[in-house]
Amino acid sequence: MAIKKFAVACYNDEEVLFPAVKKVRHSGFKLHDVYTPFPVHGLDHALGLKETDLHVAGFIYGITGTATAVGFMSWIFTSDWPINFGGKPHWSLPAFIPITFELTVLFAAVGMVLTFCYLNQIMPGVKKHVFHPRQSDDLFVVALEISDANEQEAINFLKTTGAVETSVQIAESEWWYGRFDKEEPYEKYTTVNG
Amino acid sequence: MNERFEIPARLRNTSLALIIIGIIALVIGGVTLLGSSDHFEQTRFWIVLLHNSVFFLLMSVACIFIQAAASLAQGAWIVAYKRVPEAIGANVWVFGLITIIILFAVAFGFKIDGHNPIYHWMTPGNDEILKGKSSFLNPGMFVGFTVVTIALWAFVGRKFRAISIAQESAPKNSTKNYWLMFKWSAAFLFIYALTQMSTTPWMWIMSIDAHWYSTMFSWYTFGSAFVSGMSLILLWVVYLKNQGHMEIVSKEHVHDLGKFMFAFSIFWTYTWFAQYMLIWYSNIPEETTYFVIRQHGPYSMIWYATFIINFCMPILILMSRPSKRNYFTVSFMAMTIIFGHWLDFYIMTMPGPLKEHWHLSWYELGIFAGFAGVMMLSVARMLTKSSLVPSNHPLLKEAILHQS
Repeated sequence: MAIKKFAVACYNDEEVLFPAVKKVRHSGFKLHDVYTPFPVHGLDHALGLKETDLHVAGFIYGITGTATAVGFMSWIFTSDWPINFGGKPHWSLPAFIPITFELTVLFAAVGMVLTFCYLNQIMPGVKKHVFHPRQSDDLFVVALEISDANEQEAINFLKTTGAVETSVQIAESEWWYGRFDKEEPYEKYTTVNG
Repeated sequence: MNERFEIPARLRNTSLALIIIGIIALVIGGVTLLGSSDHFEQTRFWIVLLHNSVFFLLMSVACIFIQAAASLAQGAWIVAYKRVPEAIGANVWVFGLITIIILFAVAFGFKIDGHNPIYHWMTPGNDEILKGKSSFLNPGMFVGFTVVTIALWAFVGRKFRAISIAQESAPKNSTKNYWLMFKWSAAFLFIYALTQMSTTPWMWIMSIDAHWYSTMFSWYTFGSAFVSGMSLILLWVVYLKNQGHMEIVSKEHVHDLGKFMFAFSIFWTYTWFAQYMLIWYSNIPEETTYFVIRQHGPYSMIWYATFIINFCMPILILMSRPSKRNYFTVSFMAMTIIFGHWLDFYIMTMPGPLKEHWHLSWYELGIFAGFAGVMMLSVARMLTKSSLVPSNHPLLKEAILHQS
């Protein structure tokens, strides 16, 4: 939880956004995040984001599900409550396979959804600062982390990248739990250039 | 971009050597096995030919199916290497012809004591079960069905290629051939569903054990054929890339082919197990005999080997992203999968007529080598006949930019 100062630039086209992101990465300013109204193909490469490890987590959850199902059923049907089903051996692996498969899928799916939510900091009730009301409508928003020293420099730089709108905002950089109007100093940001 | 493929001397020599190995195996087999007084040795001569011809035919037809499926889904990524499935598909008539000759020879030319040991429904006698199935399993139906099925496959395989070649000389940005292909694809899926996905495996393979039946059988055979077909496409793509062709095919395309191999290995296991489990669970003697000889009898080693090669190896080796993007790993797995599904067809065909007198030695592997040689040479010849890049295809740009 930290209040930080941001220089925010808005673009009205992804054709402008890509060169701008490239320039920002070369400029030395610290890029906070980019917000787009729809998933933009190739933006993750342009931002230099590393490949996710979500699938490794998924594999571990799946293996856990497999082990849970096989182990639990083996214990039940051999020692806890052995029952004779149609003369089959107590430990009948083929009969366990469907449930093992289902639990593998269930553990992997639920685990990956929760991990995905954790990695992206999304949950019901979790709030994050909105840099521009139109960032989920028709504007592509780039936010840079700045200090008092390079504020004007950052704004001037962003204007050269083709931004249609720039502003400086002091806002919470992490997520918080609650409501926008109470905790979020939304009205407090100063618009340098409208 | 007008890439032409010319058959390198090494490929020609290797495939010719394999064909010669196959012919030698066939001749020696004809002398020693067919001339043997042992009925099982005579049966072995025919059933091995049947096993290989049906396997290679169904694997080739799966390459027509992937073209039809991709065309109907308007998938672009296949366009980058579409000459490969086209060449394999247009080549179906070669294996179709071989299969027709072998199937008819097996069905009508092979009798021991007035009785066909492979297709014993040919002469039902007083067998009530075979009589009950005789409206489907009878010689007339067998001939008609086999000829019509193979003719349709061979025709559509060549048609798909002809449409694709015609697009090369069409006006730029013309989509006439694209939609023509779309219509033929819909028609082919209908044909394919009624043949390979249902009746053909019943007629050719399941009828070897005519007393037994399984409703999962055709899906299971389709799974086998499709995953082998994708592996075959991948081997050709990697080979052509190694020869310096197909520059537009990148790791992204290979990655997606690897995904298909991975996914359909699991699909195959799903159908394989679904068929097995219901029969294991209900435990009805007339159904379980099929699995008793395979799982507990003389074939148990091959039975478990198919499971390890076709399920455990793909799921463990092809699961991670780097291994699907590594040309060596995917090529190795493609060869393993093709061999594994060849073994799977072995386990479908052999136990019925041969009982415990099975072999997996010079004759089986020699015939396999011969068929592999025919596949290599005939597909390579088909590939030389046109440019490897479908340069006028409407989706070519999207195919090149493909991200897996």
